[in-house]
Amino acid sequence: MNEAIKTEQSALLNFVLAEADDALILGQRLIEWCYSAPYLEEDLAISNVCLDYLGRANNFYEYASELDTRKRSADQLAMLRDSREFSNLLIHELPIGDFAFTMARQFVLDVFYVEYLAVLMDSTDDRIAGIAAKSAKECDYHLRRSREWILRLGDGTEESHTRLQNGLNELWGYIPELFMQSEAEKQLMAQGVCADRAALQPAWDACVNEVLEQATLTRPDVSWKVSGGREGIHTETHGYLLADMQFLQRAYPGQQW
Amino acid sequence: MTVIAAIHPEQLQREQRRQRSSCPEIWALLDQVKDPEIPVLSIWDLGVLQDVVVDDAGQITVIITPTYSGCPAMKQIAQDVENALLEAGHERVTVQSQLSPAWTTDWMTEEGREQLRQYGIAPPGVRRGDKKIQCPQCKSDKVRLVSEFGSTACKALYQCTDCAEPFDYFKCI
Ligand SMILES: [Zn+2]
Repeated sequence: MNEAIKTEQSALLNFVLAEADDALILGQRLIEWCYSAPYLEEDLAISNVCLDYLGRANNFYEYASELDTRKRSADQLAMLRDSREFSNLLIHELPIGDFAFTMARQFVLDVFYVEYLAVLMDSTDDRIAGIAAKSAKECDYHLRRSREWILRLGDGTEESHTRLQNGLNELWGYIPELFMQSEAEKQLMAQGVCADRAALQPAWDACVNEVLEQATLTRPDVSWKVSGGREGIHTETHGYLLADMQFLQRAYPGQQW
Repeated sequence: MTVIAAIHPEQLQREQRRQRSSCPEIWALLDQVKDPEIPVLSIWDLGVLQDVVVDDAGQITVIITPTYSGCPAMKQIAQDVENALLEAGHERVTVQSQLSPAWTTDWMTEEGREQLRQYGIAPPGVRRGDKKIQCPQCKSDKVRLVSEFGSTACKALYQCTDCAEPFDYFKCI
């Protein structure tokens, strides 16, 4: 079923949906901190970053909806697909863990997205370029903040250092997937629609290594890595996330603001 | 020494679209539409209102640019634009959202910056410029960043180290 749907969809739709899914799923994770962040300013900060991601997701879903031959709306794409149809990369869906884990993930993603969006904003597809240029500005200040947290927690107390190091160790094997080209991206590369993810690795390494060193943290040296998000093979928690996020539309189909 | 252009080229174009428009009365009507979160600032002064086009059949298209990808005020603004025009008797109105070029605080007008200051929000600096952030209360530039994020997407939290007042800064993007 799932495979049939996938092949029917164009590479462009699959790519745009994947971008939307990445942003939505991370946004949904970030919102879990709303009302429970360590203090008020941080609560506002995480909620604001979350909004930027939800906005990015919405922009991509709106475009996906226009490309969709099945004419699903942006809301339907976000709220009525099942786990196997979501193609977000796994790192976005990992549970929030403690604050150190959340900031570790945010930092590695912020570094990635600053580089990634800077390339994507030159996409030959104007819609994609426009969404990327908009989001790129937002990622600049996301990174300013998450970088500060890495320095403060890493070079902070023994407790904060340990928690942040553990967070990095835990998520490190999910990072290689960020630099892998999906089938859709491989097809779209020649037309200059998407970015070459693998080419972003050196810049990402340089930035991350520098900050980790300054924060007295050790770059994890792990031999394991996990992938499968683009093909709809998710971690166990993905289904629970969807159950929570999609509840309203499942229980009361078609509800609108 | 670097010379900073007094006006952003895209802002200049925006002003020209307004000056050369064939329907100045519609632009003037839309000056009543304010940012729902900062009610002193019109969508023109904020830099959100991009263009107004009236076709031969009288259909009005208003083009706006979102400030932030996820700004929840955009839906409200689109609704307020429609309502303002409806109330003035214009029934055929479409509001279009346009992402690029991406909105920047450099499109904010001088009037808008002054209104923000009077409202107690420090106006944004100029991108790549050297304008200092000033306390909107006592005008001191001895200020410290409390948080990169404030009560809405467009603001950061600062505190004045002279008068000790905490204040919002409309951040520069
Ligand atoms: Zn002051």
